[in-house]
Amino acid sequence: MSEKTSGEVKVELGRRYRFAASHRLHSARLSEEENSRLYGKCNNPLGHGHNYVMEIIVSGNVDPATGMIANLADLDGFVQVEVLDAFDHRSLNDEVPAFKSEVPTTENLCIEIFRRVRAFPKAKLERVRVEETANNSFEYAGENGTHDEVAMRLEGNRA
Amino acid sequence: MVLLTRKIEFSASHRYNNPELSAEENRRVFGKCNNPHGHGHNYTLEVTVAGEPDPVTGMVLDLSELKKLLEREVMQRMDHRHLNYEVPELTGKIPTCENVARVIWDLLEPKITQGRLHRVRLYESADLFADCYRNGAKA
Repeated sequence: MSEKTSGEVKVELGRRYRFAASHRLHSARLSEEENSRLYGKCNNPLGHGHNYVMEIIVSGNVDPATGMIANLADLDGFVQVEVLDAFDHRSLNDEVPAFKSEVPTTENLCIEIFRRVRAFPKAKLERVRVEETANNSFEYAGENGTHDEVAMRLEGNRA
Repeated sequence: MVLLTRKIEFSASHRYNNPELSAEENRRVFGKCNNPHGHGHNYTLEVTVAGEPDPVTGMVLDLSELKKLLEREVMQRMDHRHLNYEVPELTGKIPTCENVARVIWDLLEPKITQGRLHRVRLYESADLFADCYRNGAKA
């Protein structure tokens, strides 16, 4: 079988959302000095913020009756409650339980968003991509994600 | 393997309406996309071709050939058209981003003979897109 015909044609739906939040990168497992050296200005004690852009990509059968993988109103409503209401205009460190123990890097943010959106009942979550700034983006496709070995992809430099 | 992506933009109108559903159901399922006179978008299409650069030309495929293909298959068919009424490949289908992307995939894949079609990404707006690719081919 040629490469061209090796798989079915798959359709995915991608939706972008925006939220603004503050964070501080600081690991309780490191000393003050190590934190400062590792995270640089992202370790400044009072934190800082970003306008995050979040991409949610889902797959599933395109329903012939609607032409849709999932109704956007359902996806938007789910993401609003599970992610945007919980993250937008909030302090990730102080207001998102997962970041009491984990450092709110955008890597960990991708994983946390994936955990929350994975429960969406009407389509399969394929991956989450988050732009921390226009120059930094991160992707997570789950523990058994389709690009497992590059499950987390850092484009550009953190600073 | 190298991936090459060409981007084009086209504008088209559409309406979501399933004749097998009642007017009320159509309204509930499709919301404002069911407004009777339709509406339109500026679509952005990204077509990605995978292949090895030819040792003589250094190209995966001749971009001018790809431009001509996209002009013929996509622009002439869809640009400044009503997707419900003027694109035969969409007859009987709701012209959602998913379905339009799939139609474009089916139009392009057999006609790309240098390299192979890797992905079609169709943006209906900056915040909504559909991807098509062959299962297992994702980079």
